[in-house]
Amino acid sequence: MPIEILMPALSPTMEEGTLAKWHVNEGDEVVSGDVIAEIETDKATMEVEAIEEGRIGKLCVPEGAEGVPVNKIIALLLEEGEDENALNDIANKVTDRPQVGAKNEETETTADKETTKKEALETEIKASHQTNKEERNPETEHSNNGERIIASPLAKRIANENNIDLGQLEGSGPNGRIVKADIETAMKTGRDLSPAARGAISPPVAAKDAVSGGKLVSPVSDKEIFATYEEGTYDLVPIDNMRRTVAERLTISKSTIPHFYLGLDCELDNLLAARKRLNDNAPKEGAGSFKLSVNDFIIKALALALQYVPSANVTWSEKGILQHKRSDVSVAVAVDGGLFTPVIRHADLKTLSEISNEMRDLAIKARQKKLSPADYVGGTTSISNLGMMGIKKFDAVINPPQSTILAIGAADKRPVVINDKVEIRTIMSATLSCDHRVVDGALGAELLNTFKNFIEDPVTMLV
Amino acid sequence: MTKTYDIAIIGGGPGGYVAAIRASQLGLNPVLIEREHLGGICLNWGCIPTKALLRSAEILTQIKHANDFGIKVGSVEIDFDKIIKRSRDVSARLTGGIGYLMKKNKVDVIEGEASIKDKTTLTVKTKTGEETVTAKNIIIATGARARHLKGLEPDGNFIWSYKQALMPDTNPKRLCVIGSGAIGVEFASFFNALGSEVTVVEIADRITPAEDAEISGLAEKAFKKAGLTIMTNTSVTKAKPGQSDIELTIETKGKEVITQNFDRVIVAVGITPNIEGLGLENLGVELDRGFIKTDGLGHTSIDGIYAIGDVTNPPWLAHKASHEGVIAVETIAGNKVHPLNLARIPGCTYTNPQIASIGMTEADAKEAGLEINVGRFPFQANGKALALGEPEGLIKTIFDQKTGELLGAHMIGAEVTELIEGYAVAMGLETTEKELMETIFPHPTLSEMMHEAVLEAYGNALHI
Repeated sequence: MPIEILMPALSPTMEEGTLAKWHVNEGDEVVSGDVIAEIETDKATMEVEAIEEGRIGKLCVPEGAEGVPVNKIIALLLEEGEDENALNDIANKVTDRPQVGAKNEETETTADKETTKKEALETEIKASHQTNKEERNPETEHSNNGERIIASPLAKRIANENNIDLGQLEGSGPNGRIVKADIETAMKTGRDLSPAARGAISPPVAAKDAVSGGKLVSPVSDKEIFATYEEGTYDLVPIDNMRRTVAERLTISKSTIPHFYLGLDCELDNLLAARKRLNDNAPKEGAGSFKLSVNDFIIKALALALQYVPSANVTWSEKGILQHKRSDVSVAVAVDGGLFTPVIRHADLKTLSEISNEMRDLAIKARQKKLSPADYVGGTTSISNLGMMGIKKFDAVINPPQSTILAIGAADKRPVVINDKVEIRTIMSATLSCDHRVVDGALGAELLNTFKNFIEDPVTMLV
Repeated sequence: MTKTYDIAIIGGGPGGYVAAIRASQLGLNPVLIEREHLGGICLNWGCIPTKALLRSAEILTQIKHANDFGIKVGSVEIDFDKIIKRSRDVSARLTGGIGYLMKKNKVDVIEGEASIKDKTTLTVKTKTGEETVTAKNIIIATGARARHLKGLEPDGNFIWSYKQALMPDTNPKRLCVIGSGAIGVEFASFFNALGSEVTVVEIADRITPAEDAEISGLAEKAFKKAGLTIMTNTSVTKAKPGQSDIELTIETKGKEVITQNFDRVIVAVGITPNIEGLGLENLGVELDRGFIKTDGLGHTSIDGIYAIGDVTNPPWLAHKASHEGVIAVETIAGNKVHPLNLARIPGCTYTNPQIASIGMTEADAKEAGLEINVGRFPFQANGKALALGEPEGLIKTIFDQKTGELLGAHMIGAEVTELIEGYAVAMGLETTEKELMETIFPHPTLSEMMHEAVLEAYGNALHI
């Protein structure tokens, strides 16, 4: 029997990936450890190595195929002494499995038709449930569309109490059984769900409409777009998974969260002096060494401000407003082709040097695309800093399910009027985007002013 | 030409050898490096040989009570040497079995002491020289050894650690056991059964401090009834070896300091991880209180280096090590596995009576702010327990009132170490109280008490 090479799960939450590149051709001999393919997910690109030796009998998925589900056969390896005939035995088996390529095409042709979109979504859910049908046991429940779902009794009860539709979740247990941990993850983040399922947790109905089967609602249809620009006047760049995730999440955010913006200028001279003193006296090498950036102060100040103004440390949900106890700050890090938002947890309780060192490590991991979900899931607010790029001020899009994001502009010397005299001060503009469902104008202003006080008199952060 | 392995596993205990088998099953190519003997502490100096000793103690106790069951027995004699020899034989037989399993699974085994040079290279000091091993991943499974108390280090004479206690030169008349965790009370129970006067000294305010407080209380009562002297809130501050015995200075909080002479002392106060000489410093592997820091999948702070078992965080149990070994290997293979769930690891103590538990204690649950239902069922009310002549014991369950989740179960009494797995399966499958209530338990068995303890948590017990 040829050896089946399956689509690997590169992270605990990975459901599907893009086969970015084949490193081998049919007929190539491989030994254990040879890189045979590159797989791309929304978070990382990783190499797949052969774990057995043999000859590549068949590449079952073409290079560039998107949305290949985990555990789908991507290639067949012939063992010593086997010839191509052995492939015939398995051919039927392969075609029995859901054909993802085919499914994509189908969605594509219907994508432009607004009315069929929901239908397509339902078909997709149905298809994914049918995959495991023969493995189901009697302990099942029915989802909205009549399909049966495997879930532990405890998971069912917790889901029921929290109004979570089990049909929208994917289980991490044996045979896709939904267990308590899956419900907890879903309640905590809402982002580790399949695209179709996100709506189950961040309830806005519009969100479900905005993203349908991985296709975004666009103000202009593809057809019109391609009609507008003459062919040959552009290159068509494929959309990778990170770009798609960014696009989906921010579309949902901007189209469902009522954003408003508050701006303030902060004087930075005290902070810069403190930073210089701290850095000058810091050990340069070894375990205790650090080099503080202005951003480290900003993270700490926002985290503390949220503790002082806890009503602004919130998440909207249909069931109630989650008032977070922790200040976990997501920090946007630009990487090649997109951005990541790793989280500094308990940033209010950490020292500046701890924040600084942790941030440095996370930024490195982000750039190498090696962040694990634990590194980026679950912040309660975000910071986006474009100061180093010379941007004076800007408005950021909220990173759902959070309700605030702070946009930081460049610090530069500006004339300011103090006691009726013009003086030169270093000024940094900060803009807070708020989710008006939970953070009203006065509350947002209180948060931003508290932040400003910490920034302008950084010693107060010590208490 | 050096061969590159997929995984190099350092340490052949229940963590390491299980990891090697699983790796081989998954088509990975593992090498197992062991410096002393396959099977580790568990098979050679821990779980297995102590169970063999305790079985002898149990049979002796049964014979002593034979009269109660209508059987007259003449004089009973103890063959101390044979008890010890049997324990060693059981151990040797199982250790041989591990060697066979390694061959069957085509795992290369290198006898020697490993040191990690970099993320993919190890040097192994063997009897004949030094070997270099290269591997894509490394699993550290070096385990731990007995923690020593200052001034009470094993002296080859009066002071024993578990090793000397397993191969004792004498059956001590007066024995002091310092520490009342599982290891301490098991030795105390064994030597007590064989006729020693045993004193247990525990620094905490109760014995078996990791167990539910109610179970600790029942254990203390049962041990005292069996003839043990138990001193809690107490520590040994000085040891003065004499000609034929050793004098200990014993201080109890709020009481007079006393000195007492013993023939032997067993120190069972926890463990120290085996991390020396592994080269961890060079790599910068992060430690937590001396143990290697890992996440639930076995990752250390360094990519490609994993750690499992006693060299990592507690509980320090063989079955935890084995499970971590499997998780780490599956993770290396790129498979999706659930991280280790500390709340679902059962623990067993083979004293007379036995103690077994899983999950949260009543105090843990309250501390976590959970509203709970607690169920209790006593052995006294169980037919099988009475038939066995084992009327003492308790099964206790703790449920989350809101979700019906079984948060913890705690047991003391005959054979409870064989019962606890029933609750472990229930927790693993995430049943609620409802499924447990609807489950049929066979009559007459001790397991019926597990059913009743669930019913009792909701006020529905049938037989009390």
